[in-house]
Amino acid sequence: MELLSLLSYGSEGWGDEILASIGVTISLALATLPFGLLLGFLLALGINSRESSLQISAKIFTTIFRGLPELLTLFIVYYGAQILGNFLFQTVFGTTIEINSFVAGMVALGFVFSAYASEVFLSAFKGINQGQYEGSAALGLSRFQTMRLVIIPQLIKLALPGLSNLWLILLKETSLVSVIGLADVVRITGVAARVEKEPFLFFSLACLIYLALTFLSSAGLERIEKNARRGEVRS
Amino acid sequence: MSDAYVAQEMIAARPRPNEVRKADWTFARLLGSLSILCWIAAGIGLVVFLITSYDQSQIDKYAPRYFDGFLTTMKLVALSVSIGAVLSLPIAFGRMSSNKIVRNLSFGYIYFFRGTPLLAQLFLFYYGFGSFRHFWQDLNLWWFFRDAWSIALLSFSLNTAAYQAEILRGAIMNVPKGQHEGAASLGLPPMVTFFKIILPQALIVALRPYGNEIILMIKGSAVVSIVTIFDLMGHTRRAFSQTLDYQTYLYAAIFYLLVVEIMRRLWDLLEHRLTRHLRR
Repeated sequence: MELLSLLSYGSEGWGDEILASIGVTISLALATLPFGLLLGFLLALGINSRESSLQISAKIFTTIFRGLPELLTLFIVYYGAQILGNFLFQTVFGTTIEINSFVAGMVALGFVFSAYASEVFLSAFKGINQGQYEGSAALGLSRFQTMRLVIIPQLIKLALPGLSNLWLILLKETSLVSVIGLADVVRITGVAARVEKEPFLFFSLACLIYLALTFLSSAGLERIEKNARRGEVRS
Repeated sequence: MSDAYVAQEMIAARPRPNEVRKADWTFARLLGSLSILCWIAAGIGLVVFLITSYDQSQIDKYAPRYFDGFLTTMKLVALSVSIGAVLSLPIAFGRMSSNKIVRNLSFGYIYFFRGTPLLAQLFLFYYGFGSFRHFWQDLNLWWFFRDAWSIALLSFSLNTAAYQAEILRGAIMNVPKGQHEGAASLGLPPMVTFFKIILPQALIVALRPYGNEIILMIKGSAVVSIVTIFDLMGHTRRAFSQTLDYQTYLYAAIFYLLVVEIMRRLWDLLEHRLTRHLRR
């Protein structure tokens, strides 16, 4: 019972702090997602493009961010942005700037996410028949219209399983941002563990929270995938 | 009989239409050239930064540490991947077992280790298990749970075992059923069937995911630096805290990129060699 009171909601327990930290973890992952998806899609377009310079530069990007450890990427973005921002602000405004760890985490995780997402989009592009492009051209659709009306709706369906996997990885990777001081689940449970000297309780709680998040998102993603497949013949 | 459908005269082949001439500077080409320029500028900037802030005494001081950290990283990855490979066998079998309890247990194991971040697992093992000091002392295991290195090795092995079990299971399920039936009809005992017939075919399929898993482990192993182990990342963080010099991270980045790229190329070569009988 004494242990449970540590988790209570209010000034004595850690319940409210931990709930807030779950919010931070989820919002970081949700904020990274659109940025990473868009960048990943553009990277896939770049790699698919006939323009070799675009191909090469997109490949450099994915090679770098798939090869670096996420933790190192985070530090490089965090301190690099700090130094660069300070330098720019110093010369322009004569003041310094504090880089938000949330934004740094979002950018770093978004870069990594997009590098992996580009692979998923690439293999999804391969699953789309050449005839789809030819058909759209025959209908007189512009390239942008072809992409928006014909290719992307099919692409999403093909890319969904891979993207759901990446979402689960992203959700777990947000834990790294605790190292640069963002008050996410791992950070807050770590503080609680140190203050209350109950590391086992709090870190198991952290693991359980991530398990619950994984479980909920995989249930949600399954529904989305089912919804995306609703046009297919049931086998 | 009518032959009205037969063409009366031959229509001569027409020449190919003139190719539409592409504009010299399309948007894509502009964007591509600009992005290449950006990369070149970034590369030159990196080299200039590293040269201008070059300091022989710092290099002398930190280069051996980085190398030492690199060895620690490789040792951790090699050991945990091998231990994980051994552990993954029973887990993968448990997952495919017909016994419901065994199946659920291994499913729970895999779900736990794949569903939680490696960092949280590491904290749970290092700080959480470390808090039961008297219990471990009674079991004479305190030396193991006191040591950051052995705990890191333990949690990494358990973590990669879960991932490898899934890889292995997928690969084994991928082997056609006829292989089992054929082996059974030859009267081979189950052990021989598994090790001589099923596993070799499964491992070919599993090669690529295994390579990815090793690379993920090399990258993931950077988190051990948080529990006071001086791997490549740990030495980098210490060097940064001592010098406050940004290039410490850049050198680490170059190091990690090289290691991962070399690993990837080597794995491609290995795969090329091991699948040479499948190519036509």
